This record gives sequence, structure tokens and C-alpha cells, in this order.
Amino acid sequence: MQFLQLLISGISQGCIYGLIALGFVLIYKATETVSFAQGELMMLGAFCGLALMTVLGFPFWMAVLASILAMGLFGVVLERAVIRPILGQPAFSIVMLTIGIGYVLRGLVTMIPNIGTDTHTLPVPYKDLSFRLGALVLNAEQLVVIGATAALCVLLFAMFRYSKLGIAMQASSQNQLAAYYMGIPVQRLNGLAWGLAAAVAAVAGLLLAPITFVHANMGLIGLKAFPAAVVGGFGSLPGAIVGGLVIGIVESLSGFYLPDGFKDTAAYIVVLIMLMVKPNGLFGEKLRKKV
Amino acid sequence: MRFIFKTSYEQDLRLAKHGGHVFWYSLLAVGLVAAPWVAPEYWLAQLTFVLIYAIVGLGLMLLAGFTGLFSLGHAAFLGVGAYTQAVLTGMGWPFALSLACAAGLSAAVGVVVGLPALRVKGIYLGMATLSFGFIVEEVFARWESATGGNSGKHLVPPEIWGFKFESTESFYFLCLVIAVVSTLAILNLLRSPTGRAFVAIRDSEISAQSMGIHLARYKTLSFSISAALAGIGGALYAHKLQFISPDQFNILQSIDLLLMIVIGGLGSVHGAFLGAIFLISMPQLISLSKDWLPAAVGQAPGLQAVVYGAVLIAFVLFEPMGLYGRWLKVRTWLQMFPFYRKGLFKRQKSFQKSDRLR
Repeated sequence: MQFLQLLISGISQGCIYGLIALGFVLIYKATETVSFAQGELMMLGAFCGLALMTVLGFPFWMAVLASILAMGLFGVVLERAVIRPILGQPAFSIVMLTIGIGYVLRGLVTMIPNIGTDTHTLPVPYKDLSFRLGALVLNAEQLVVIGATAALCVLLFAMFRYSKLGIAMQASSQNQLAAYYMGIPVQRLNGLAWGLAAAVAAVAGLLLAPITFVHANMGLIGLKAFPAAVVGGFGSLPGAIVGGLVIGIVESLSGFYLPDGFKDTAAYIVVLIMLMVKPNGLFGEKLRKKV
Repeated sequence: MRFIFKTSYEQDLRLAKHGGHVFWYSLLAVGLVAAPWVAPEYWLAQLTFVLIYAIVGLGLMLLAGFTGLFSLGHAAFLGVGAYTQAVLTGMGWPFALSLACAAGLSAAVGVVVGLPALRVKGIYLGMATLSFGFIVEEVFARWESATGGNSGKHLVPPEIWGFKFESTESFYFLCLVIAVVSTLAILNLLRSPTGRAFVAIRDSEISAQSMGIHLARYKTLSFSISAALAGIGGALYAHKLQFISPDQFNILQSIDLLLMIVIGGLGSVHGAFLGAIFLISMPQLISLSKDWLPAAVGQAPGLQAVVYGAVLIAFVLFEPMGLYGRWLKVRTWLQMFPFYRKGLFKRQKSFQKSDRLR
């Protein structure tokens, strides 16, 4: 029973990792760049929701939708303003660029007087609800995280499978040049991928906020989502979620069964093993380069 | 404008290309040696930190700038060096011997990290080094019998043949000598076949391999040299601060080191020094500018992060060759004065290099 309890908390934590990793993968597939600012986008999304609810007095659902939309727009603007001029440069410079974006976002939020340095709680309607299932205690927050992640996955799957936009995005991620010749506006799609990633990050932030707190440094959890993306395979959307679940469960179990200190490093140990055994990840695509 | 027509291989290999180099670097050397008599003690201490960071930067520059492998966990090597030095000098070992051990142990750890680098590259290598950094930081915090855990560890001042480097001046000279020796070592390495092999790997792994370069050997070598320099830097850093704790060697420190060499200028030895000067002087500049800014901005806690991030973004967007690249442009402009062409340093874009295809 204890095991099941740990499993469920691991799964709900893993869903958060998976959602952040989903952002990495969306951006990586579209533009071949890795965004280190994903955790900070998540933090910004949570703060956005907080501001809408407490300052402007939006009802919960309105605030959630509005902050997701706002973050999506922010992602598009960010791509247009900062990322696009650098496309075609070595991957290393783009990594440094996104690290810079992360610094700026974190610093800017910290600079807001009396708000940035404090921890806040997001007032959600499902706070403190819990269900009993035999000896199992299920928190509403955890169930909402799992449910919302599942819903988001179905939504994204449907989008990539059935909508014209999603198919165009798939095409451009497979071969940008060919997609461009077929009349697909690749640059605009790259912007949309950033927007989508930022929106997903906002969802992750809003889901994480009731479990932990809203704080300027909550974006550092993004560093835990890298292992998730690597374990799943950096270029695979389902892989991101599966990787997140793996990392979450391993972390939750090792925090209980293994000595102190393993909880924080379990994710990274898993990554090192994964890179040694199967560098492409569980669902990684295998492509060969022609010389 | 000076034209150098190379007529022999010796001329091509020479460290100082022309008389100007000899003149300016001699001037710099005189200035550095004279610094303790001229500069106030505070500035001397800052200069010592610049030298220490430059030693670490040289190592990271060799790895990231010249071999094209970037490490997101370099602070871990710094930490291995620092803790080795702390433990060994604490046991009464002589300074030089423990410094050699610190460098050697860091290099050995570097080889261990370098081994996965043979299989992965690009962002996957970043992940591997990042994970390694986290694990090592946790080891420092947990291995209390050796490292003192989170309460940290004190160090005794370095001592060579009975002479204690206690004063700021003497420690400055110690760092200066080590920095000069490591710079010369790196410069010599870079003009040797090994250095050429590193650059070849950076430019194209496939063509380097087809020229007969043993990728695995050179990548591991690059990792170990880089880690050894970081270990030496870490040992000096520990002596300078006289106190170390695990949180000095965390991911933010690693990112600071990367930021340093990117802003200094990737792929140039000058860049390591310029970046170190930048990294050390930045907090001072920010605190100076606080008086000018309105109080709401100047006193806000996040100011430093914003400035760091903004500077980093600006450099990546507008000056990817860093401070050294800026200096090159200024110099070229002066040399060619009325005839400077606008597109002289235009970057070329390449969409062919992809991590996904391997």
C-alpha cells in the first residue's frame, strides 16, 4: 500500500517533469534548439495565473485559460524577437542564449517589489481535498495533475494527428527544407512551436503551484525535466511524458527506500545510465547522416 | 597595417608573430609583476581571482572553444581540485605535491566523464556533464568525513620549502606564475599536432576522423587536460578563500564559467582572460551603477541576474566572438581606417550541422 502511495505521488510529480520536457521536445523538434528557459517560462506562467487571480480577481478557470494564452503569446514574441535572428548558428550559442533568457526572466520576477522574493500559494478550488480508497489517500492536487496531463496529451495527439497545423508542424520537423518547398511557412511554425511550448510550460506551472508554492526559483525544477527528455528520447513527444513518469517514479521510490541524498540525484543517475546504455532514449528516433 | 608573409614553417609556428607582440606582452608582464607595488590590496585580491578564473577558463576554453565539447558541470572539476587540495594539505602534504594530486585526480575524473562523451554529443553531452555536476555536488555535501559536508572545510595557507604564502602579494605571485605557466602550456599545446587535432574535431568530426584522428583518444585527452586545469584553478581558489563548501561548486557556478568563456570569446586564449576580467568586475560594476539607478531598480535583488542574462543575450546576438572579437574588430577598423568594409566580419549561417542525424 505504501508502495502504491509512493507510486501515485511519483506519477503526479513525473507528470510535471513530463510537461516541462514536452516543451523541450516541441522546441527541439521544430527548431533543433534546446531551451534552457523552459523552467523559467513555467515559473512565469504560475506567476501570471497568480496575478490574474489575486490582483485582477479573475475566477479560477478564466485565469487558467488567460494565463495559458498569454504565455503562448509570450513564447511567440520571444521566438520572433530573440531566437529567430540566431537560427543557423551553432547549437551552443542558442543554449547560451536560452540560459540568458532564463536569467533575465528569473531576475525580472525577483525584481518585482514585495512579490518577487516571497513564496505564494495559488488559490485553487480543489485545495485540501482528498479521497480515501481503502488505505490509499489520494490528494485532489495529484489527481488533477494526472488528469490534466492526460487531457493535454490527448489534445496534442489529436492536434498533431488530425489538424492541418499539426501535420504541417510534423512535416517541417522532419525536413525543414522539403516542407518549405511544399509551401509550409516554416518560420511561422517555429514561432508557433515556441508559443505552444510556453503554453505547455504555463500549464505545468499552474499544476505545480498548488503542490509546492509559487516562487521565483521554482523554475529550477526545469533542470529535473532534462533527464526526463533524455530518458524519453529528445525528439519524441510521448517519450517526454514517459521519461517524466520514469524520473518521477524513480525519484519518489528512491527518496523512500534509499539513503538520504539519493532523492535529489536519482534523476541524474538514471540519465547517466541511460546515456551509456541507450543514448537515443527510449523512444528516440534513429537517423543516419549522409556524408 | 602590418602584413606578415610567412616564408618558413618555423615562422608559422612562432609564438610571437612580430615585434609588436613581443613589445605589448612584455609591457603586460612588467605591469603584472609591478602590480603589488602599485595597486591597492583590494584590487590585488581581485586580480588574483581573475588569474584563478583565467586558469579554469583556459581549461574550459580548450574543451568548449577548441574541441567543441561543452561541459555544463565544470564546477565539479573545480570542486574535486579544491577538496583534494583541502584534504591533502590538511594532512600536512607539501603544496606542490598536493596541487599535482589535485590536478591528477581532476584529470582522472575528467577521463571518467569523457568516456560517455565518446558516445554522445551536442545536447546529450551537456546532459551527461550536467548530471555529473549534480551528483558530484551531492557527494561533496554527503561525504562528511572527507569534505566536512555542508558546514564546509577550512584550509591552511600554501607553503613551499618553509615559505608561507600568507600575504595577498605572495599569493598573487604564486597564482601569476601558475597562470603564466598554464597559458604557455595551452599555447604550446594548441600549435602542436594535438591542438590541431582538437580544432579539427571541433570543425567536423567526420572529416577529422577521415584524416586519421582517433576521436575517442583526443576527446578524452581534451576532457582530462581541461579537468586538470580546472582542478588546479579549484585548488588555488580554495586557498584564496581559505574556506570551501559544496554550494560553491553548484550548477550556477558551472554556468558562470560557461558565461565567462562565451563572453570572453570562444576559441581564443585571450578570451579566457577577458572573460575572467569580465566575470570578476561585473559585480563591482553593478554595485557602482546602483547609485545611478532609481532605488526601486537599483536595490532590487534580481538586478544582477537580469544584467548577467541581458549581457549574455546581447553577446550571443550581436557579438558571438565575445570581447576578443570586439577587440579584433576595433583593431581592424583602426588598421584599415578609411577603408573599413561593413560586412567584413559577417557571420555565415549553417543549417547542415544537426544533432539529430548521427
